[in-house]
Amino acid sequence: MSTLENTHHEEDGVTRRDMIHVGAGVMAGVGAVASLWPFIDQMNPAADTLALASIEIDISQIDTGSAIIVKWRGKPVFIRHRTAEEISEANAVAVADLIDRQTDEERVQAGKEEWLVVMGVCTHLGCVPLGTKTGEEKGDYGGWFCPCHGSHYDTSGRIRKGPAPKNLEVPEYAFLTDTTLKIG
Amino acid sequence: MAEWKAAKPENKVLGWVEERLPILSLVNNVVGPDTPTPRNLNYWWNFGSLAGLMLVIQIISGVVLAMHYAATTGVAFDSVERIMRDVNYGWLIRYMHANGASFFFIAVYIHIFRGLYFGSYKAPREVLWMLGVVIFLLMMATAFMGYVLPWGQMSFWGATVITNLFSAIPMVGESIVQLLWGGFSVDNPTLNRFFSLHYLLPFVIAGVVILHLWAKKISDSGNPLGIDVKSSADQIPFHPFYTVKDAFGAGVFFFVFAMFIFYMPNALGHPDNYIPADPLVTPPSIVPEWYFLPYYAILRSIDFPLGIPGVFELVDAKLLGVLAMFASILVWLLLPWLDTSKVRSGNFRPLFKWFFAFLVVDMFILTWLGAQKPEGNIPLYGKIATAYYFAYFLVILPVLSRKETTLPLPESISNPVLKPAE
Amino acid sequence: MKLVKNIAIALTLGTVALTGANAADAGKHPLQIDWSFSGPLGKFDQASAQRGWQVYKQVCSSCHGLKYFRFRNLADIGYGEDMIKAFAAEYEVPGDVDDFGDPTVRPAEPKDAFPSPFPNENAARASNGGALPPDLSLINKARHDGANYVYSLLVGYDDAPADFELGAGMNYNPYFKGSQIAMAEPLFEGAVDYEDGTPATQEQMAKDVVQFLMYVAEPSLEKRHQMGIKVLIFLALLTILLYISMKVIWKPVKEGKNFYDE
Repeated sequence: MSTLENTHHEEDGVTRRDMIHVGAGVMAGVGAVASLWPFIDQMNPAADTLALASIEIDISQIDTGSAIIVKWRGKPVFIRHRTAEEISEANAVAVADLIDRQTDEERVQAGKEEWLVVMGVCTHLGCVPLGTKTGEEKGDYGGWFCPCHGSHYDTSGRIRKGPAPKNLEVPEYAFLTDTTLKIG
Repeated sequence: MAEWKAAKPENKVLGWVEERLPILSLVNNVVGPDTPTPRNLNYWWNFGSLAGLMLVIQIISGVVLAMHYAATTGVAFDSVERIMRDVNYGWLIRYMHANGASFFFIAVYIHIFRGLYFGSYKAPREVLWMLGVVIFLLMMATAFMGYVLPWGQMSFWGATVITNLFSAIPMVGESIVQLLWGGFSVDNPTLNRFFSLHYLLPFVIAGVVILHLWAKKISDSGNPLGIDVKSSADQIPFHPFYTVKDAFGAGVFFFVFAMFIFYMPNALGHPDNYIPADPLVTPPSIVPEWYFLPYYAILRSIDFPLGIPGVFELVDAKLLGVLAMFASILVWLLLPWLDTSKVRSGNFRPLFKWFFAFLVVDMFILTWLGAQKPEGNIPLYGKIATAYYFAYFLVILPVLSRKETTLPLPESISNPVLKPAE
Repeated sequence: MKLVKNIAIALTLGTVALTGANAADAGKHPLQIDWSFSGPLGKFDQASAQRGWQVYKQVCSSCHGLKYFRFRNLADIGYGEDMIKAFAAEYEVPGDVDDFGDPTVRPAEPKDAFPSPFPNENAARASNGGALPPDLSLINKARHDGANYVYSLLVGYDDAPADFELGAGMNYNPYFKGSQIAMAEPLFEGAVDYEDGTPATQEQMAKDVVQFLMYVAEPSLEKRHQMGIKVLIFLALLTILLYISMKVIWKPVKEGKNFYDE
């Protein structure tokens, strides 16, 4: 290296010349970094995966008081058509007493309170809670019961008893029509 | 032989690492400021580093493609189309990999023929040269298996034809072919093992490249004059002089490479490979990738047995063709002993120069012949071109090295008193 | 030495002279069309591609599949989400099994592939006199000079010359290999009623459907062309800079300086 530096100092225009080398080096570096992006981005979800990122569900067949499980992004989603009783039960709880404080209002859409849409993944360690299908144990609070470690969820999908730290997650969803629900 | 210089980094952390693992010294002594290199290397010497860069590009893009590719006959083609259509930048990465194979071969062919002209295979660089031949053979195997993976018509039929070559081996041929296939035809087990090996071999190549560079360090770079380095005045440090020159060469090479990737990505491929493999329909003409055409032409040119016609047959035509094809590359391994001329560089060998030029033309002719249907006069031309190819190595070079009157060599690299012929 | 040179020249000329020999049954050389997508800055003509989609849907799709094409891809040729959903809903695709374990069908959605006109190869052959209509997803890339070839084939139907022996159920088309093809002439003047009012001549429909099929075969073409320009400009500038840098660094070498003689 010393040989090169000597050459430089012997001659005029040192800075201008150095600029060229630095410029070329920086440009090559920028090019190398920029060309890395495609190799990283290819690991992101591909177009066909993204096309499955949202689903539309016909909810006209779900009777009041029953619920269904649909698969969305590889995980179960519970869609529950709640009875008036279940809704008032969910509203009757004092929020301050809850483990994860949320009102029922925050967990459903205004005007569509009868529909509860939650991820069917227990917030403890990821098991699928029971209580969607007829005859399954619904836990102490009439919602869901996770058989893995005994977490009890209420009719708003909120954690009431057991090791789970959070309420069942509410995914992003919208009603396209009165009978079509879009998740994602 | 170049001496080893230990790097002494001023940075304490680097110094600490260097004491325990002299990796800086390694780089420094092979492509660094402490690598004395002949000062007269011309642009033909750029293609070694270009081949190295292409190997790196192929490995990176290949590993990435393997994240999306499925090596199962039913879905291989579909998975490639998914890469082209749905994977982010998948089209870019696949076109880069497919054209990258061609550009890797372009760089390596020029590198090899530079070596052939400037006598890079002669003492003390015989092992350096032979390692290069090994790299080339590994590259051919890798490229062939890679071409099978998209599972198009050319993939399938190329695999069928090439694996069937081994059936020419007497006695055990058929068994070997079954072993290669893992069945009774090219099918799922074949595709699967080709994928496995296609993933493995590039890393083997990288290993042999390291040996190749090691041998280069031991025997030093050759140079266009073909004379030995006489004093330090003949040399300059590799870095920055040849690093910047290699970088400039890479810029030009990548520009052409990018033109292919972005504007003619399928020009070097065959349209039939966009038709999914069909074991019941052979395409009208099966053509290997361009870089295999010369050897394919040699294979097809041998349509006669070895022996006395009508009396006995020592080697049948099929086997002889296969042997000729493999021999056409293996003969390179013998070059250091076939060409015994003391003069390395073709610049000082007035006759050699012409025979060499004709070998280059012969290679182009063989490439062209390999793409033609073997009809009319094509087989005859094939025989003539094949004959010249082997004659160059087995007859012309040994005779020339004894008979040729070479031109006087310059005194030294830094003081070329006698001006080279051209 | 001269002899060698002469042999070289003779051989080269000889081989070149022979090049044209084997083009006998490969089909007539396709007509050359100036496509909007060819050339370094080529783009798809969206209006034409949309008309081509209409031609494909109303004519080609009764026999030819398009299995790598998804309805969602229509967004790239300028259709909005609602249009795409409506197009998709015109078709049925296999759905999940129902509660009794029986297969079901459901309307197609944007994520779905264009449904194949035949359930399998045998059914396709049975309906087409033994010939298999190829899937068109990649047709423009799976033939030499693909776009021009498909166009020429579509407009190239003609009466067979008197001395030509046409097979039963075959049609004369000089652009097809062997000059006879099982597919009957698919495009007739007015075969589709273009929504945008373009007169539906055979040439127009052929051009439009080729435009659409080019998009289907190579959806990344526009992105590729645009990125290519940027990459080439970048590489050109970088290379020029490296050249200058090299010249500067090499100056003392060219002047004969000895770097080890301190």
